Amino acid sequence: MPSPYSMVNKRINTPTVMAYVKGTSQSSAHDSPPRQPALVKSRTVDSGARVVARNVGRRFTTASGSVDACVDIDLTVEPGSFCVVVGPSGCGKSTLLRMVAGLDHPTTGTLDVSRLDGRAPTNAMVFHGRTLFPWLTLQQNVAYGLKLSGMDRNARLARARELLGMVGLVDFQRAWPHQVSEGMRQRTSIARALAVNPDLLLMDEPFGALDEQIRYLLQEELLRIWERTGKTVIFVTHSIDEALILADKIVVMSAHPGTIREVIDVPFPRPRFMTEVRSDPAFADLFTTAWSILREEVETGGAFTEGTA
Amino acid sequence: MRRRRSTELTLTIAGPVILLLVWEVLSRTETINPLFWPPPSSLWETTKTLFLEKDLLGDIGISLYRIIAGFLVGTVPGIALGLVMGLFWPMRIFLMPLASAIYAVPKIAVLPLVIIMFGIGELSKIMIVAISIFFLVALNTMSGVLAIDTQFRDVARNLGASRWELFWTVALPGSLPAIFTGMRLSLGFALVVIVGTEFLAADKGIGFMIWQSYQTLRIQQMFVGLVITGIMGWALTLLLDLIEQVVVPWRTAGEEA
Ligand SMILES: Nc1ncnc2c1ncn2[C@@H]1O[C@H](COP(=O)(O)OP(=O)(O)OP(=O)(O)O)[C@@H](O)[C@H]1O
Ligand SMILES: [Mg+2]
Repeated sequence: MPSPYSMVNKRINTPTVMAYVKGTSQSSAHDSPPRQPALVKSRTVDSGARVVARNVGRRFTTASGSVDACVDIDLTVEPGSFCVVVGPSGCGKSTLLRMVAGLDHPTTGTLDVSRLDGRAPTNAMVFHGRTLFPWLTLQQNVAYGLKLSGMDRNARLARARELLGMVGLVDFQRAWPHQVSEGMRQRTSIARALAVNPDLLLMDEPFGALDEQIRYLLQEELLRIWERTGKTVIFVTHSIDEALILADKIVVMSAHPGTIREVIDVPFPRPRFMTEVRSDPAFADLFTTAWSILREEVETGGAFTEGTA
Repeated sequence: MRRRRSTELTLTIAGPVILLLVWEVLSRTETINPLFWPPPSSLWETTKTLFLEKDLLGDIGISLYRIIAGFLVGTVPGIALGLVMGLFWPMRIFLMPLASAIYAVPKIAVLPLVIIMFGIGELSKIMIVAISIFFLVALNTMSGVLAIDTQFRDVARNLGASRWELFWTVALPGSLPAIFTGMRLSLGFALVVIVGTEFLAADKGIGFMIWQSYQTLRIQQMFVGLVITGIMGWALTLLLDLIEQVVVPWRTAGEEA
């Protein structure tokens, strides 16, 4: 079995990928006529979804009492922008993402996801953890959303193959999820979300289970996809480093119950390349700023102090 | 891989062979009474006679028919009920006490009732099998649905699945492994119940043949019946395994893709 690293490397450097990059826009325009043309042609920031949260809170009521997962979230994510959310564990990041996805609803405040042209926005989420359907092969998993949208079998399997190629897994398309590594599963679920070409991409620690090299490659790949499609992305991570490389804005959340503590603008020019961002003198400053805020929150949250007491 | 295969085959065969050998030796040396424990090698002749003169094949056939028909009549609605109970909590709460109570009743105890309802013909034999496995399959299916990680439902909903699509693409495939576990258990139940039923209320079938041999003290013939019952159970399980490999390939697939 070839090493996954070498495969990804190869994929990303060869012209095949570039051909795919161009091919996507054409084929997606072709695949679902009603929505695509505007998005693909203009590829400007007005094609993504806008997310507006006003005083959003979510309280969970359980047998043992009620818990505020997050409170007073005020946030606007502009169409086509890349927003990264960081915060201590348990501060409500996943809850917020689920609400934006429409899988859960705020108990207070309003949350609005819209497109500037008035059409209904689509979103796809890369969930945290093991969420590939065990009963579908990798290829069928990636094609799942396309199947629901009614794309015919050959077209959706071909598209799934392209996307698996992009994440370096084309040789494993017929494998079952339990037969591949955690990192390979995670890459597949990223491909599954990208397959439906959503206006809004929600990612809950999508690279958490990956080793550093694959992580770097996929960060760059994600940046390329985002740059050419104009999707709005909300991305949750625990890595400040990752946040700085990807984000337009970093939303730092406070410890439980989570609210927005600070929004940091990340000014690095686009298109971004990881090596350039890392060698930028501003990188260290921003890192320090973000970490000092986050550190306070993590310490208040008790994770650190309790652990060492 | 090939070595693994041949080891598997050896182990599969070894158990019965060792048992038969020990039995043969004990019986021949009269450590156990050969009148009640005839040596297995002597059963061979009896088997041949039974097949040629006593229509043993007919007995096997009718028992298999009753088991398979009863299995289908019990399994299909059992799966349906299990899915409904798993998917809709009011149904679950409403049916649970009933299901657990009936599930605990020894199946052969309802035979008189089944005969009253369905007569003494084939139908009552099929129904007793069906009834005795119905709740077993239903309860297993239900727990299968309940065990599906809620994340899968979220993924499907997020990608636009309707309720109906959720059912077909998440609830059903997700509960298939548990459904098969229920069916495997049911197969054992079905065999027990059909042999018991044929002891009591049949004039044909492998159970009837065993009972009749016992009553006429044809011990060798009785042993042939027992061995054949065992083989039937083994063959049916094998058949179910094959079906499972086709229907639930993700669970049976090995490490190699
Ligand atoms: N379904 C639920 N029922 C009850 N409480 C919940 C539920 N989901 C989340 N919570 C609570 O809400 C809070 C926030 O959870 P959430 O999963 O959003 O945190 P998170 O920021 O994603 O954490 P992590 O970084 O560890 O993933 C936690 O205190 C959790 O206990
Ligand atoms: Mg989380």
